[in-house]
Amino acid sequence: MTRAGWAGTVIFGVLASLALAVIAHATYTADLSAFLPRTPTPRERLLVDELRTGLASRVIMVAVEGGSAAQRAQVAAELARALRADPAFVAVSDGDPAGFEHTAAFLTAHRYLLSDAVTPQRFTVAGLHAAIDDTLALLTSPQGFAAKPLFARDPTGETLHILDTLGSRSLPAVDGVWSSRDGRRALLIAQTRAGGSDTDGQERACAAIARSFAAATGAVPVATGTLTLRMSGPGVFAVMARRLIRDSVIRLSGLGSLLIAALLLAAYRSVPALLLTFVPVAAGALAGVAAVALGFGTVHGITLGFGITLIGEAVDYSIYLFIQSAERGAAPPAASPGDWRNSVWPTIRLGMLTSVCGFAALVPSSFQGLAQLGCYSIAGLIAAALVTRWVLPEWRPSTLRTRDLTYAGMRLWRALSLLRPARAVLALIALTAGLVLYGNRAALLSRELSDLSPIPEAALQLDASLRADLGAPDPRYLVVASAPDLDAALGAARAVAEHLAPLVDEGVIGGFETPTRYLADAATQRTRQASLPAPAELATRLGKALEGLPVSAARLEPFMRDVEQARAAAPVEPADFAGTPLGAALDALIQSAGPGATAYVSVSGPRGGDLPPVALARLRAAVGAATPAASLLDLKAEADGLYAHYLRQAVSLSLAGLAALCVLLAGTLSPPRALRVVTPLALAVLTVAAALAAAGERLGILHVVGMLLTIAVGSNYALFFDRLAQREHATVPRTLASLAIANLATVAGFGVLAFSGVPVLAALGRTVAPGALLALLYSAWLARLEAPPAAAVPAPSLGGA
Amino acid sequence: MSAARARGAAWALLLFVAGPLAAAAAAGSDPFDALLQRLAARRHAHVAFTEAHYLAVLDRPLESSGELLYEAPDRLEKRILKPRPETLLLAHGVLSATRGRHTRTVELAAWPQIAPLIEGLRATLAGDRAALERIFSVQLEGDAARWTLRLAPRDPEAKRVVSAVSITGEGTDLKTVEILEADGDRSLLTVGAQLP
Repeated sequence: MTRAGWAGTVIFGVLASLALAVIAHATYTADLSAFLPRTPTPRERLLVDELRTGLASRVIMVAVEGGSAAQRAQVAAELARALRADPAFVAVSDGDPAGFEHTAAFLTAHRYLLSDAVTPQRFTVAGLHAAIDDTLALLTSPQGFAAKPLFARDPTGETLHILDTLGSRSLPAVDGVWSSRDGRRALLIAQTRAGGSDTDGQERACAAIARSFAAATGAVPVATGTLTLRMSGPGVFAVMARRLIRDSVIRLSGLGSLLIAALLLAAYRSVPALLLTFVPVAAGALAGVAAVALGFGTVHGITLGFGITLIGEAVDYSIYLFIQSAERGAAPPAASPGDWRNSVWPTIRLGMLTSVCGFAALVPSSFQGLAQLGCYSIAGLIAAALVTRWVLPEWRPSTLRTRDLTYAGMRLWRALSLLRPARAVLALIALTAGLVLYGNRAALLSRELSDLSPIPEAALQLDASLRADLGAPDPRYLVVASAPDLDAALGAARAVAEHLAPLVDEGVIGGFETPTRYLADAATQRTRQASLPAPAELATRLGKALEGLPVSAARLEPFMRDVEQARAAAPVEPADFAGTPLGAALDALIQSAGPGATAYVSVSGPRGGDLPPVALARLRAAVGAATPAASLLDLKAEADGLYAHYLRQAVSLSLAGLAALCVLLAGTLSPPRALRVVTPLALAVLTVAAALAAAGERLGILHVVGMLLTIAVGSNYALFFDRLAQREHATVPRTLASLAIANLATVAGFGVLAFSGVPVLAALGRTVAPGALLALLYSAWLARLEAPPAAAVPAPSLGGA
Repeated sequence: MSAARARGAAWALLLFVAGPLAAAAAAGSDPFDALLQRLAARRHAHVAFTEAHYLAVLDRPLESSGELLYEAPDRLEKRILKPRPETLLLAHGVLSATRGRHTRTVELAAWPQIAPLIEGLRATLAGDRAALERIFSVQLEGDAARWTLRLAPRDPEAKRVVSAVSITGEGTDLKTVEILEADGDRSLLTVGAQLP
């Protein structure tokens, strides 16, 4: 090794160690904050907070299937018991009747503060008469059995009124456990302590459920093996998505690496050369992660997952080095490392710079995940190129012999010369692609964030069926009321609820769930207290109210006692609900951790569906009119809007990057040569976009990233052809061979991704694999390559053998 | 001819008309099966009713009246017209009570306590022996002309609400449904005239 080689190796070692140290101390996150804009508006922060930790994100729906109804009920009850004891869960709800009786007793005790029917009007003579008459009629109906024991205490039916407004989930129960309507599942709902975006926490919660289920089935002799556990919910999806992406990345990039290794082994016929080829890639990955950790503080899972695929270009650098500087047959070394530095390196350097131009466009993206990918790629490519230039040639053992591909290159050269006359076809391809894109312009871009979701259809169907079983629609419309303290937030929620009630009556919205259904703010509770008459007054009014009814006041002594007590009671607080199933429901709708407090009102569309625009506008107007403290979030529309914004931004940033790239090339080469380099790349991207559109695929952010990558990889091809057009013939065969091998490596690596079930990976693969192939083909087609000298064809050589 | 003999003649006629089915019923020695098969043959009914509820908490019984509508096998509607309109509808195992604009719905499967209050009547009308015996232990007294079904709930939850249901009938006509509740309250429903 030369002195410069030693210096390069030492510097490389120091930098690699530093990068490793940075990587070891970096923070990694798999949560949704990758999707959070870097400078979010309050509304965007609300949205992402909601998706990360909010109301719905912490619910896991659990079903037990198979076996007999009794077995399911037994296992589900045991499962619920085990999960209640697990601190990972805030609440677990099943059909436990003890819970129901506990709830009913709690509601009865606080009914005059909790019932929204308690008004001054209700306690007039006429009001009392009507309310008692109502309750009497109820006593005679089959559902009245629950009201009968309470009648003497609660003749106005407040407890039943509260139960009615709560709309308690009327699920069939088998042996004290909820059962689906078709009777084939036992159901329960678990609420995790971890937020939905705390994927590790959700994974632990899922594992705890599976563990408790296994223990519970173990306790039921015949149940083992016959019962199955099903889970769904936002957290379950997050865990599933991460696992699917991780498995897919590991499996497919492993397979891709194997293919590339086999290809290179066949090309080099040298194991050391193969191993050395991956050095720049590893260096690039180290530099990429370290740069992101330094630049952003936190590294997102998405960056780790995709970064490595983005610097696949780094493999090309070493391929160019090894193949283009391979010794030719038995002749003395024609292309020493020094020659390589002077002839090939400048082209690689320019190719690297154009790629950096392209990826730099991602860095300003407000989509943090994308910005990190840009940063990762830039650092990774620069590191890989530097290692290829300064370290790799020095590490190459002087005895290393790779196969001479001159002969294969000659054949490629001749094939290209045959292709040359058909150049007019390119214009036709461009025209066709343009027409296809124009024809599909309405459905060209992906609009829905869910297009990125890797969750399989079967899991979505299970989710829908569990939601239908549990009567828990997927929350989409959410009114968020923020206030300095919880009582004020509840007050705001009450104002919202008052404005929403008419919309339900009109059928504009299907219904809504508000915390004030469970607990009103203190002021409202005091107003209710104030409507209760003093004992003497109540006795007088009750006496008159009972005229004509088959009840005498003497039987209603307990009622008068309870009213008197309620007049002096302290307002009910959220803590009073602790331990009842209602406490869990209430907790899900309020949040008082941190500064300020929030109350959520979730709105469902008619028949649980989506709201048409007119209804949405009326809902928004009603919320606006209710209180300035509340705002309406259409979770899906907001998320899609954010995604659409990211996509538009990615497109315009990429165009800016391309413009910078053109300027760079025009300045370094010359405008006509730059045009010759850029045209095949643009054509390749155009063709791929048109093909994807024609196949019905909507283009999303990962397609855009894939196109940038196509341009990055393809720019090397085009630049090499540009170099060939300037130089002598001698280098043509081996340059062509190295391009073909590099291209095959890229197509193999990304071609494998194209078959992934994970949409983001598939999008990347389906864009880059054909894009890179076409970029090479078009570059070759358009190159000013002279015809191969017929006489100069060397004999087949088995260099390295 | 006494009323019983006339009914007997009608029965003979029915046996004649309904040949094979009735023959099968007659072949079965169980009079309960025979009764249920005759009841099941009726696909719909529409009758008036009056009902009195005797509740300990009240000074005098609550009386109501209205119409009963039955469509085989699992739709039973009780339209209370007086003293205030209310409709109870049992359809496919779901009981809904509608008063004014307000409807309250429960699934019978979720509330074993409610099932004896309404399902006994429905299952008897439908001749649904399986449903009857799932919910009650059943005892049949009397003969085909005048019979009494004594039903005692099986479910422990249900027993805490209802101690017994007895349904009387003459031929295929139901006459009374009496429900004894566990707390000593009771209600008596009396079937009146056939309605069109």
